[in-house]
Amino acid sequence: MKIQQISVFIENRPGHLAAQIRALAEAGINIVTLSLADTEQFGILRLIVRDWEKAKGVLEAAGRVVKTTEVLAIEVEDRPGGLAELLEVIDAGGINVEYMYAFTYGFKGRAVMIFRFEDPDAAIAALQAKGIGVLDAVDLFRRAEG
Amino acid sequence: MTDFPFENRIWDPAETLARDELRALQAERLRETVARVAHVPFYRRALAERGVGADDIRIADDVRRLPFTTKEDLRQHYPLGFLAVPREELVRLHGSSGTTGKPTFVAYTAEDLECWANLCARFLVAGGLRREHMVQIAFGYGLFTGGFGLHQGVELVGASIIPAASGNTPRQVMLLVDLRPEVLICTPSYALNIAEVARAKGYGPDDIALQFAHFGGEMWTEDMRHEIERALGIQAFNNYGLSEIIGPGVSGECAARGGMHISEDHFLVECLDPDTLEPVPEGEQGELVITTLTKQAMPLLRYRTRDIAALDSAPCRCGRTGTRMSRVVGRTDDMLIIRGVNVFPSQIEEALLRVDGATPHYLIEVDRPGAMDEVKVKVELRPEAFSDRMDEMQRLRDRIGREIFTVTGLRVGLELVEPQTLERSAGKALRVIDRRQNRPGG
Ligand SMILES: [Zn+2]
Repeated sequence: MKIQQISVFIENRPGHLAAQIRALAEAGINIVTLSLADTEQFGILRLIVRDWEKAKGVLEAAGRVVKTTEVLAIEVEDRPGGLAELLEVIDAGGINVEYMYAFTYGFKGRAVMIFRFEDPDAAIAALQAKGIGVLDAVDLFRRAEG
Repeated sequence: MTDFPFENRIWDPAETLARDELRALQAERLRETVARVAHVPFYRRALAERGVGADDIRIADDVRRLPFTTKEDLRQHYPLGFLAVPREELVRLHGSSGTTGKPTFVAYTAEDLECWANLCARFLVAGGLRREHMVQIAFGYGLFTGGFGLHQGVELVGASIIPAASGNTPRQVMLLVDLRPEVLICTPSYALNIAEVARAKGYGPDDIALQFAHFGGEMWTEDMRHEIERALGIQAFNNYGLSEIIGPGVSGECAARGGMHISEDHFLVECLDPDTLEPVPEGEQGELVITTLTKQAMPLLRYRTRDIAALDSAPCRCGRTGTRMSRVVGRTDDMLIIRGVNVFPSQIEEALLRVDGATPHYLIEVDRPGAMDEVKVKVELRPEAFSDRMDEMQRLRDRIGREIFTVTGLRVGLELVEPQTLERSAGKALRVIDRRQNRPGG
């Protein structure tokens, strides 16, 4: 159920972010989705790619600071209120969300959100109890790559 | 006296001279010194230029009428241009390891050596040394003043000496374990090195008998003191001196450990603003400027040590009357004045060492875009400290900023950078880029 997300430390200087994306492209790694959290002084680039081990190796070999984290990919009805309902379930379950971002691809009227929970296993149990679909890596990348 | 960690013993009654007697003695000895340096061409000229002679010295504060001496002056009169006695009267020469190639020599007459041993004995006894102790001296014996200077001091007290000298750390550990000396004398960084090797060999504080250590010869911090004391199970004492003046023995800590008592009957120490050369208010940091009062072979007038420290003349509960100096916090050579505050790169390093997620690799960038100085500190991130969570990263940044503020009193802009990205030239890191125009002191 859990998906490996790669986070990369981004320095606050022109071209540093682009260089990371370029390094991955040159290694033939397709970024399925990403989010960038940044401040004036530094940023954190979070990536979902199919071959995360290769991506991690490429970035580390280039001297980057990389960390992998388990995240969940959760389906959301792609209509007004779809995300609100999901968040209500999460709140009701007392589960802590560290951050979340939207997955680039939708599928048959459903969107996908990436969630970083404090405790991913507890989150899976709570969501499944409510009949909410948590995608595994195979499902996720099938949607992304057709 | 029960509030001392051990008996407060005083080696030399001169250490407790009443302040007014001490000042009178300083004035008398200063007058003699000015008369003595008339044999040195450099001083004869400099005194004539200022129109000052021995007869003009009435009180100790008259030292301010005398010319300064710099390291550069000593270099220009290499090797022995500052001798005030005929060469035949010398009994010993030492030298400081010059970073520019040639050492700066210091010379001693028999009387100088006797005096030097007594000065070392003063701080050794103040910091716990007793006749019945065994002492391991792990300072270099050679041109460097540390080994021989402390050796003579310990010998005068009557304790036994293991002249281990520096280096061969496994052997140092063996001597500590097998001979069980109570006192260790070396540089603080070498003590850490010895402690590490001891630990690697499976020895802890219980396997050695050390009780006290006397450290000098380099700058160190309170954090380092705690670390060494823990690692070796000892009490560590700081002492200060510099080879141009005499070597170790200018000042040292007593059992109260609230600063190092200066042997003011032998050294007249001023604390001056390095730019204006005016005295700083007591308690504030300034450059130590030292005039020797009893040296025969090579007396120096107002020697600019480039060491930054603060003075405190409040009475000490140990009974010694000598003014206390703080530990040396930096050198004028690398001091930055930012928004009127003195900051040393070593302080930034000290702050970074207190934070787990930071490395001691940093670059200080100073700008003055408007009227105010702006400081940015770039710090290399420790890879293990990187988090995908912004709140954790912000917390790490705040923590580093707070530690820098605690140590320097400055709020700095902080930028985290990737490991191994700050320039290292020939192993030694570039620490400061100062882009200010007309910077103070520059
Ligand atoms: Zn004292």
